[in-house]
Amino acid sequence: MVILAEPVGGRFGDFGGRFVPETLVPACEDLEAAFRSAWSDSDFRDELNRLLADYAGRPSPLTECRRLSEELGLRVLLKREDLNHTGSHKINNVLGQALLAVRMGKTRLVAETGAGQHGVATATAAALLGLECVVYMGEVDMARQSLNVFRMQLLGAEVRPAASGSRTLKDAINEAMRDWVATVESSHYCLGSVMGPHPYPWMVRELHRVIGAEAREQCRELLGRDPDVVAACVGGGSNAIGIFSGFADGEAALVGVEPAGGAAIGRGVPGVVHGSKSFLMQDEHGQVLEAESISAGLDYPGIGPEHSHLAAIGRARYESVADDEVVAAFELLSRTEGIIPALEPAHALAWVSRAREELAGQAVLVNLSGRGDKDVAQMMGRLSER
Amino acid sequence: MSVEPGPLEAALRARRSQGGKALVPYLTGGLGDWAAALAAAADAGADAVEVGIPFSDPVMDGPVIQQANDRALAEGITPLGVLDDLGRLDAGVPLAVMTYYNIAFRFGLERFASVLAERGVAAAILPDLPLEEAGPWTEAADAAGVETVLLAAPTASDERLGRICARTRGFVYGVGLLGVTGVRDELASSAVVMADRLKQLTDVPVLVGVGVGTPEQAEQVCRVADGAVVGSAVVCRILEGGGPAAVGELVGRFRRALS
Repeated sequence: MVILAEPVGGRFGDFGGRFVPETLVPACEDLEAAFRSAWSDSDFRDELNRLLADYAGRPSPLTECRRLSEELGLRVLLKREDLNHTGSHKINNVLGQALLAVRMGKTRLVAETGAGQHGVATATAAALLGLECVVYMGEVDMARQSLNVFRMQLLGAEVRPAASGSRTLKDAINEAMRDWVATVESSHYCLGSVMGPHPYPWMVRELHRVIGAEAREQCRELLGRDPDVVAACVGGGSNAIGIFSGFADGEAALVGVEPAGGAAIGRGVPGVVHGSKSFLMQDEHGQVLEAESISAGLDYPGIGPEHSHLAAIGRARYESVADDEVVAAFELLSRTEGIIPALEPAHALAWVSRAREELAGQAVLVNLSGRGDKDVAQMMGRLSER
Repeated sequence: MSVEPGPLEAALRARRSQGGKALVPYLTGGLGDWAAALAAAADAGADAVEVGIPFSDPVMDGPVIQQANDRALAEGITPLGVLDDLGRLDAGVPLAVMTYYNIAFRFGLERFASVLAERGVAAAILPDLPLEEAGPWTEAADAAGVETVLLAAPTASDERLGRICARTRGFVYGVGLLGVTGVRDELASSAVVMADRLKQLTDVPVLVGVGVGTPEQAEQVCRVADGAVVGSAVVCRILEGGGPAAVGELVGRFRRALS
C-alpha cells in the first residue's frame, strides 16, 4: 500500500516534510486538520462529487486508440482527462481545494501556474465559488501561453508576472509563497501539484485519486484486468500520482515521463525547495537549476516527494524524453486518433512510442492529462519552421 | 536546562545588561565590496553582523534581497567562497550566516556546521527550517558549537512561541509582520506585539526583523524588543552603489537611534 496511505508525519519514506517559513507553519497545520476533517465528512465529499460530475463532466472516458495501437504494435488506452471542464486534470484538485478554502473561511485563492492550466482551473473554481483569485505566472510562460493569461483574466482572476530567476514555474511558486506569507489570514494557497509542504502532496493526491479509481474500473470492464503499463507525464507529478493511485497495489508497471530538460529523478539529487525534500535538479552548491522544456507545464526542476519515494522503492520507474520526440508524438496522436494532446501528456506518448518494441503486444494506459488547444499557436510556429 | 550562551548570545546579553539595544545589520555575501562593508558596519556600532549566503530561490525575501542574491550568484559566488572570506575577516563582532536549508543540506549538515565553526561563524539562521524539521541540523550545529537562531512569527500560538524560545540559540528572531523581507513606510503594529509576546516568554534576547527599515522604526520596536535586525535597508544601499563608507554611515544612524 505504498502509495495509498496517509504519509506518516508528512513523509513518504525519506521524502516530503514541511520546510516552510515559520509564518506558514500554523497555516499548514490548520490546512492539514481541515482537509482531514473534510475528507472524512460525507457532506463535503458529496458536494465535491456533485461538482466533479455536473460541473467538470466526470467520469472522464477511457478511449481505446485503434489506429495508434496498430501503428505502434501495442494496445494504447487513453484516460481522457483532456475532456474535463477547463481542459485538463487540474480541475479535480482545484474544486476540492476551493471548497476547502470556503469551509475554512478564506476569501482569496493564490495560485502559481506554468502552462496556465492550473491557473485557469483555479480562476474557474474561484469564479464558481465567488472567491478572489491571484495567479502568479513566470514572464516567459506568460509570453508562450498568452491565451491562458487572457482566459484567467476573463474568469476574473488577476495574473501577476513572476519576473525573478528563470521567470518560469519555479519562480511563480516562489512568488505565490511570498504572497501567502503576507496574506495567510485571508488566503488559501491553491497549490497545483503533489508538491510543496505537507499536507499538499497528500491532499492533492487524494483529490486526483478519482482519475485512478475511474481508470481501474474502466480497464477492468474493457480488458477484464489491469493494463500492463500505466504511463503519465511528470512535472510536479499530480496527474501521474492520480492515475498511479488506482494501480499501485496491483501488478501494472508504473512509468513517469519527465522532460529531458527538467528530469528531477533522471538528473537530480535529493534537495529541499518549495517546502519539501525530493529529487531536485541543482548544482554542486545547492543552487536550483533552471528547467528547460518545450512544455511550460513540465518546466520544473523538482518533483513531488511521493514520486521520489516510488522511485526509491522501485515501485515506479521514471524515463525522460526530448522535445523533438514530444513534437512527433503530438503530431502522431493528432493524425491517428483525431485528438490533439497537450504537450505535457505528449511526453508520456513519446515514451510509449520510443519504447514500442519493449511494450509490443501490451496494454498501455496513458493519462491524457490535458488537451492541446493551448499549445496550438506554439506548435504552429515550431512546425512552420520546417 | 540552561545552555551556556555562545558568543552571539553572550554579546547580545552584554549589550542588554548595559541597558542598550542590540543592532544586527544584514548584508548579502558576495555582493559588491561586502567584506569591507561588514567591517564598516561593525565599526559603526553593530553588535553582530548577519551575512546572507545567496540562494537561487529565497522565498522569505522580498525584491531587494532577491536582487542581491541574483547579482551575487551571477558573479559566481559560492557558499564556500563566502565562508572562506568570512574566515579571513576579523570583524571584532560575532557573525551569523543566513541562508536557506538546501545550501546546508547539499553541503552536508555536519560538514556545513563544522565549516562554520572553523571559519569563526558563531550562528546560523535558516528561515525555511521550522522547529519540526530542525532536528538533524541543530544536532550537527550543537555538536560543532554553532548557535541556531530560530524565527518566531505572528501566526504562532504562545505555546508554539514557547517551544521556539526554548530551542533557539543566540537570540530569538521575531518576524515583525506577515510578509517577506523589505522596507515598509511604517513599522507594522505586529512588530511591537511580537516583541512583547516573546519578551513575556523568554529571557533569551528578543530581536525583531523583517519590516524594520529606518532608524525611527528600529527605535520604535526597541522600546520593547532587545534589538533589531536590519536587512533590506542596508542591502538597498549597496545595490544603489553605496560602498563601505555608506554602509557605515547608515549603520551609524541606526546605532544613534538606539542609544
